[in-house]
This record gives sequence, structure tokens and C-alpha cells, in this order.
Amino acid sequence: MQTMKHIQLLILGIGNILWADEGFGVRCVEALDAGWQFGDDVKLMDGGTQGLYLLPYIEDARRLIVFDAVDYDKQPGEMVVAHDDDVPRFMGAKKMSLHQTGFQEVLACAALAGKLPESMTLIGVQPEQLEDYGGSLRDVVKARIPDALEIALAHAARWGIAFAPRVSPQGVDSGALGMSSYEAGRPSEEQACRYGDERFFAASTEQ
Amino acid sequence: MGTYETQGFKLDNSGKRVVVDPVCRIEGHLRVEVNLDSENVIRNAVSTGTMWRGLEVILKGRDPRDAWAFTERICGVCTGCHALTSVRAVEDALGIHVPLNAHLIREMMAKTLQVHDHAVHFYHLHALDWVDVVSALSADPKKTSELQQLVSPSHPLSSPGYFRDVQTRLQKFVESGQLGPFTNGYWGSKAYVLPAEANLMAVTHYLEALDLQKEWVKVHTIFGGKNPHPNYMVGGVPCAINVNDVGAVGAINMERLNFVQARIQEMIDFNNNVYIPDVLAIGTIYKQAGWLYGGGLSALNVADYGTYEKVPYDFSTHQLPGGVILNGNWDEINPIDPRDPEQVQEFVTHSWYKYADESVGLHPWDGITEAHYAPEGPGFKGTRTKIEQLDESAKYSWIKSPRWRGNAVEVGPLSRYILAYAHALQGNKWCQRVKEQVESSAEAINSAIPRALGLPETNYSAKQLLPTTIGRTLARALESQYAAEMMMDDFNQLMGNIKAGDTSTANVEKWDPSTWPKEAKGVGTVAAPRGMLGHWIKIKDGRIENYQCVVPTTWNGSPRDPKGQIGAFEASLMNTPMVNPEQPLEILRTIHSFDPCLACSTHVMSPDGQELSKVKVR
Repeated sequence: MQTMKHIQLLILGIGNILWADEGFGVRCVEALDAGWQFGDDVKLMDGGTQGLYLLPYIEDARRLIVFDAVDYDKQPGEMVVAHDDDVPRFMGAKKMSLHQTGFQEVLACAALAGKLPESMTLIGVQPEQLEDYGGSLRDVVKARIPDALEIALAHAARWGIAFAPRVSPQGVDSGALGMSSYEAGRPSEEQACRYGDERFFAASTEQ
Repeated sequence: MGTYETQGFKLDNSGKRVVVDPVCRIEGHLRVEVNLDSENVIRNAVSTGTMWRGLEVILKGRDPRDAWAFTERICGVCTGCHALTSVRAVEDALGIHVPLNAHLIREMMAKTLQVHDHAVHFYHLHALDWVDVVSALSADPKKTSELQQLVSPSHPLSSPGYFRDVQTRLQKFVESGQLGPFTNGYWGSKAYVLPAEANLMAVTHYLEALDLQKEWVKVHTIFGGKNPHPNYMVGGVPCAINVNDVGAVGAINMERLNFVQARIQEMIDFNNNVYIPDVLAIGTIYKQAGWLYGGGLSALNVADYGTYEKVPYDFSTHQLPGGVILNGNWDEINPIDPRDPEQVQEFVTHSWYKYADESVGLHPWDGITEAHYAPEGPGFKGTRTKIEQLDESAKYSWIKSPRWRGNAVEVGPLSRYILAYAHALQGNKWCQRVKEQVESSAEAINSAIPRALGLPETNYSAKQLLPTTIGRTLARALESQYAAEMMMDDFNQLMGNIKAGDTSTANVEKWDPSTWPKEAKGVGTVAAPRGMLGHWIKIKDGRIENYQCVVPTTWNGSPRDPKGQIGAFEASLMNTPMVNPEQPLEILRTIHSFDPCLACSTHVMSPDGQELSKVKVR
């Protein structure tokens, strides 16, 4: 009973860019958008930590690719690709990030409405550091962005989605939150302390 | 261990200690510890934010015109509120007034958020504290249909077949094992008192709300340009108005305006036919079962900065007027000024921060956010990385303690409604609608609904009904209704203004930092869904020198202060009896009524730190 859907492929990056490697998903979408252009029926979206606000897009998408940082007890930077029913289950396996319960719930709501995308792919990376508020991606995680994009493009190609290297201006405008200005504008450690509660800040400098 | 009295509450921490520890990172983790007497009545409550949230420090040195984008990323719930508060703070510092169209568009975005957030909070997050989903499976669809027609005669979706379909869908969903939003409820607990038919009706409306909210948020896409993170702009709104050019990309045209108008009407209808009747019916039934707990501080001290001014920048025209009420004296409303260094102050005697002199509070402009994590005190149990029990006589939270002239206050829709009702009784013409809403709700709960349901009528006054957990949930619904109505006024005003030829949406006179003074400071406030929100900014040489946010959950979830006064979360739990301490539904119901935040997973611990069970705190 598939109703008419308007988005052939939704490519969604989720996570909080303010929490270091949590920003992986969003940075992937930014990079994909910077390098490639797609037709009007493909939507690239910086989903941030939004929960139900994403529901209309997910319900309106035939296929879904999600980039995210996923804690699955591997070496930092290791990647994981999960499909369809494994996506919510996979994301629920570890309680790791603030948006996850939210995103799982969004998928559950889409399922309850009978409007899940017909195929879903999660492209995840094992984070190295999450507990650095105001920090950016760690090198080992940042280095996996090209691999993540390659996997996404391979999926898109298999589904018959057209794409080409970007010549027209970008669609996703990150402004001050774009990775380079975000990193360059960070206040120094002297200006703004970076330690806190070691239950959450693993790399505490205060003992 | 001992007892003492504060704000009329008698705190006694000698009884059995129960810990409810959510583990979530949205707007700070929240953990609650309570002491029960031998009758399982809560006699002491300790609320602690377990996460350090240093937004203030990551903004230092950045461009003030970008601050909104960072604050928009704090969490996935308060997205637009922080962004709006931030641009208001910068505009206040630089003396910028936005054009009327921009004001109206911002108002409509803020009210859309209010309606959306309140409805989603109730149906998606809070209803499950009142509604037993599993019990809905045993409801009689025909009786549910009759109930629906009793409580809301004008709602078109009310046939027995409709409810039977929903029941079948729900059955399939429950059988699939992936409960999603319905995981971890205490289904079957005696603390749920609704009949099966009321449960099925509420679950059905949950699905209706889920479907409608998807359309409502598109208002943000139209005015904010970008979803799910709408754009804001210092000086106005970043969207052009072009009503003649139908095909213009990104500009607001007639087609889009018509779409917005249709959504506003949808919100009004949903509030009138579904949300308000549901809350009134659930509130009536629980009230009849004797559940009038959870008022706490709201019966004494409430505060709000005031919001929704009819005339831009004329705060005397607030349609939800602000102020502070102390000691339950609704006849006297104290004015509130977020700039006055003597009024809003944050204390850290019981928070994991350092001040040079902790006997005094600091106004946010001079605020200091210097972390000092030190769980301690004679009653403290555990280690720095695994806390088993906090000692509330020492520092015990990452949340600071904001106070108004030294008083602990509750903030949120209930506080706004108590204030607006008090203003209306004094003859304030801008909020008479609130008086009407409060009085008709009291009539419904006391008489109309009991009569329809065959229950005894009651005679509770507004002053008895409002300061309760039910009242907090009701005030949120009433605010949603009122916000949607005001939004239609904003829409009509915007249309009139456009028709008169005004299409200005931004004031860019002071966009360039070379036009700014060397130093400036400002404050922005917004009536966020959870309560009054303020951002204080100091600008120096075109850059952010200091930035402090005092968020609603800081007011409500604050720990004790130098005088030992408790905050709103703590006060709201006092003297509530629990049916079963291992299923802390009553704690969740009351804490959730504050809408503390989205989807936190909680652990319930026994006194020796053993995990008893897991629940969802949202």
C-alpha cells in the first residue's frame, strides 16, 4: 500500500556538530553536497538532532541513506553499513548519542503509519571522541568521510539515481557552522575551559 | 540527615531513598532522588542536572551575528527558541528594531513552535504517563465512539469503525515487538486510572497528532527557508516577500501564505476538538480519583518575562503579560526586569561551579561559568564517576540556581497562565482571553464533564485547580489554543501590511560591525515552551565577550540555594504518595508535566545502587 512518494532518495546526516565526532553524519552530507549534485527528487539534509521534525521527509522518501556516528565497540574510524530492518535495531543496540532514541522513534512512527521507506541504509563510523563540547571531528573519523560518500554513491548508482560532480552552487548552506569556520572560530582552551564531569568528559584535564 | 522547613515544605531525608536517573544529553541529563516515609509519601526531593553544558564558553570570540546558529544546535527540541532569543539579545545590544513584517513572521514561527511543541509533548511524551496503551487494546470501539462524541461533539473522526481500525493497527504494532514510543511504560500499573475506552481514544489522537504535526512544521520551512534548522537573522527575517511573482524561488508568495493560513486553521481545530477535550477529560478523571498533586512552587512563586506583544517593542501590550507572583498572592504582581542586576541572579552554592564568593548570586551579564566538579558531603555515596547517592547539603548538580530577588520560582506555561489570569482579573485588556479559557476549563472539569460521564460534580476554584500537575498539563494545552488564535491575528495583520505595500523584512542599517559601538550589552527573552528563556550577551570589538543563557530547565530543575530553598522540580514532588516506589510513575508524571526534555532513558536504582528497572523519562 505504498502511497505516492515525492523523494526518490533522502540522504540524511544526523548528530550534533557541537560534540566532536557526533558531527560525522552532518559533515558527510555537507561534503557530499559540496562535491556532487543530484536531481530534484533527491534530497540532502542536515538532520542535526531533530526528532519528529524529520518525520515528514522520511515518510515521503522511497529510499533513505543515513550517515551517523555509531558506537558499536570497534576501533575508532571503523565503518559499518546496515540495511533496512537492521537500521533501527542497529541504532538501538548501543545507547550512545542523544539523537538516537529520537531517530529510532521517528522510524517507529513512520512504521506505525505504514510509511517507512522501502529501503534504508545506515552508513556509520565508530567515533573516537564525543565528549569535547565545541570540538570538531577527530582526524581518524574525518578521514572516513570520503569512504562514507563512496558507499553512499555506490548505493545511489545501484538504485539508478543520477548524480554528477558539482558545477552549480551548493544546496546545503552551513554558514558559520561549516566545518572550517566552526573549527577556526573555536575559543582557545585558556579562554574557555574544556573540562567538566569525568563521567561524561573522558579526557578530563582536572583530577 | 535531618529535617528542615523551607517555603512551607517540611523536608525530611531520613526515609528510604529512591533514585531515578535518566541518561540523556538533551538540555542536560536529569536525575531525581527522593526520600519516602513509611507510607511511601515523598518527604524530600533532590533534582540534579548531571551534565555540564558549556554553550557559553564555546561562543567566546565568535561573531555575534552567528550566535543564533550555534544556539540552535544545543538540542533538537528548543531549536527555534534559542535562535530567536539569540538574535533578540544581539539586536537589543546594538539598538536594532526589526520591521513589522519581520516581527509578525517571527511571532508566527514562535507560536507555531509553541503549538507544535505542546501538542507533541502531550501526545508523544506525556500522555503515556496518564494513558495505558496496552489497556487500549481491550477497549470497546463502540463505547469509545460514544465517549468521543460526548467529550468532543464536533470532532469528525468518531465512528466505531475508525476506532476499531486504530485498535487493529495498534495490536499489530504491539505484536511486532518494536514498540518504539511505547517501550518501557508501566502498563497495567494501578497508578493508571482511565477506563479502556479513554485510553483507546487518547492513543487514536496520538496518531492524529503525529500526522498533523508533520504539516505544521512546514510553516518553519516557508518562513525560515531551511528545515529542520530554520534560518534566523539579526535585523529581521532572511526571507523576501513577493506576492506577485508566483514562481519566485524562496520568496513568500500567495500560494505559501495560503498554505500557512490553512495550517493555522488546522491547529485551531485540532486544539478545540481534540487536544483541549482530551486534557479536560483526563484531568477530570484523575482529579476525581483524588490526584491533585504536583503543584509545588507553582502554588507560591511563578515568573515569566511576558510575551507576544501586540504592538512591537511595547511590552505593556503583552498578550501573556509577565511579572513575578510571590507566596501565592495573586493580587500582587511584581514587575520583572532581566537587566536589573538585583533581580535575576544565579547562585552556585550547590552547583558544580566556582565563584570567588558563593554567598552571592551573579547577574547573567557578569555570569561566570567555571566548572568545579566535586561530588561530596557526608551523605555522598559512590565515586566521582559512579554516583550512587548525592548529598544535597553539598554541591550536587551541574544546574545553577537562578533566583528572582533571592526567591525560587517556577517557570513555564502554568506560570504564564497564573500570571495572565491574575493580570486579567486586574483588568489588563490584552489577556482577557486567558480568563475566559481558565474559567471555562474549571466549569468543564467541575461540572460539564462529570455530568457527561456520570461522575459527581465538584467545586474547585481556579486557584485550587491550576497549581497541580494536571493544571500544568492543562495550562500547556490552553496556551497552545491561545497561541494558534493569536497566530491567526498575526497572519491577518501581515496580509494587511503586505497589501498596503510594505514588503520590508529586514533592517540592515547596523549589519556592518563598523557601525557598532566598541562595547555593548543586550538581553533577549522568549517564552519558550518550557518557560522563560533569556540570553545575555556582551559584545566587545565586534566579537562576543560573554554569553550566558538562563534556560527554563535551569529555573525549574535548580538545586538548593544558599538559604536552602528548593527549586520547582524538587518542590513539585513533595508530599506525593507513590503507589509502588519501584514503578515511579508519579515522579515521572509530575516531572514530565514540566516538559523537561525529549526522550531520556532512565534507570531506577535501589538505595544500594542496584538497578531495578528502566523507564523513559522525557
